[in-house]
Amino acid sequence: MHNLGIDVLFKGTNMIRLLKGLWVSVEISLIAVLISIVLGLVMGILMTSKSKVIRFILRVYLEVVRIMPQMVLLFIVYFGTTRVFGLNISAEASAIIVFVFWGTAEMGDLVRGSIKSIPKIQYDSAYALGMDKIQVYTAIILPQTIRRLIPLSINLVTRMIKTTSLVMMIGIVEVLKVAQQIIEANRKASPNAAFGVFAVVFLLYFVVCRTISGFAVKLEKRWT
Amino acid sequence: MKKNLLNKLGTIITSAALLGASLTGCGSAGAENTAASEDVTIADAEVAKAESAEETATVYRTLDEIKESGTINIGVFSDKSPFGYVDENGEYAGYDVYFAEKIGEDLGVKINYVSTEAANRIEYLQTGKVDIILANFTVTEERAQEVDFALPYMNVALGVVSPEDKVIESLDNVGADDKIIVISGTTAETYLEKNYPNIKLQKYDAYAEAKTAFENGNGVAWANDNTEVIAFALENEGYKVGIPSLGSADTIAPAVTKGNETLLTWLNEEIETIGKDNFFHKDYEETLLETYGKDYEDTLVVESGKVQ
Repeated sequence: MHNLGIDVLFKGTNMIRLLKGLWVSVEISLIAVLISIVLGLVMGILMTSKSKVIRFILRVYLEVVRIMPQMVLLFIVYFGTTRVFGLNISAEASAIIVFVFWGTAEMGDLVRGSIKSIPKIQYDSAYALGMDKIQVYTAIILPQTIRRLIPLSINLVTRMIKTTSLVMMIGIVEVLKVAQQIIEANRKASPNAAFGVFAVVFLLYFVVCRTISGFAVKLEKRWT
Repeated sequence: MKKNLLNKLGTIITSAALLGASLTGCGSAGAENTAASEDVTIADAEVAKAESAEETATVYRTLDEIKESGTINIGVFSDKSPFGYVDENGEYAGYDVYFAEKIGEDLGVKINYVSTEAANRIEYLQTGKVDIILANFTVTEERAQEVDFALPYMNVALGVVSPEDKVIESLDNVGADDKIIVISGTTAETYLEKNYPNIKLQKYDAYAEAKTAFENGNGVAWANDNTEVIAFALENEGYKVGIPSLGSADTIAPAVTKGNETLLTWLNEEIETIGKDNFFHKDYEETLLETYGKDYEDTLVVESGKVQ
């Protein structure tokens, strides 16, 4: 085991620092995901709007998010806003803004897809029962949409957790950065530590993502 | 409902417009960075003007403002041992950090370390998010147009390491068929291609690949930053640094936001003062001795900002 260099994790407070770093990643992505789900629902409904203008604007927004690397967005929000507007947004807030900006667009598209997948007959039946538009959405369409959304959105959530490794570029020390710090600090004492430490990081990511998808599967089963 | 939708739409359009504005703003700022230095100063002046309208006069904090706030933000590497790294107790340490601690002590303020990457060091200074960058920052002309460098505190040059039984002490002695190993994208590659076009280079993308190739004898020597080759020769038996200092000698210096005169002056005076007590030699002995050994102390250390 010594050759794998896992032992460096037990030096000093290394393991605790790694777990704290993991919490930073999870915290940023969870907050971003929760906000994205809410905004994404609104955006998804708007994307099915009859107005061509609204659909076009949202389409442009979605394409912008898809085309722009998250790293560029992080730099724009963290450094760009200070340069242009003199605003000082904290690194954590910048990260959450970027992830919400990204999550809302992708979530909106998923919601749009899910809403479209609900057969038209359901709308017609609901209207025939005398429900108004808001009732149709809140009582009939959205509950079914959300159920269909779960497997799709888990994909987005896990992607988001993994993408948090980029926030080290704006000075946030998250799990991967801590791993690099530990490896570098022990470069002389245990040159092979990279393998062991990254293996542990892999495991940590796996545990977090697996827990979330396990939770989602449970939810899905309960609701069907 | 219709009205509601319109309201939401309004919000989205505004945010999209805001994003657009920030995009174009950043795009043009990026373009100015690559343009001539005059353009940059004009842009800076404009930014400063725009900001003075909103109370804050400048992006950076003057010496007095830092002292008043009681905290200084210093950008350091957190994963470049032995210059700036985080030890097993989560404390910042290394050659750069040792100096940073001294700055904090002499200013009488607390230090807030910001973990920076090679790619965002200039950005941090230009937005005033850190007061000083102490992250193994090599002084170059291009960078000096973007930030202000204080006096240097370390030398950096290229070095060439070769096997002990066939030490290469001058690049003129390299045989016609012999290859020298370099890592792509490093200063060693550009320097050798420019100044020794006849020497054949064997290029690798990553440090680990180059190291393995060199150990397997794929080249007669390996050229890289001298700190890297010195550390390699000390860590691995049977290799010797035949050329410890090659090419244009560069220096490493602290950097502050362009125009931050008060802080720059203070830093320069500080470096001169502590140099009288051989502060950076002490720094070397505390942090770098283990990696580079006693022999290279005078090659690497710059005292009082005077390069020999």
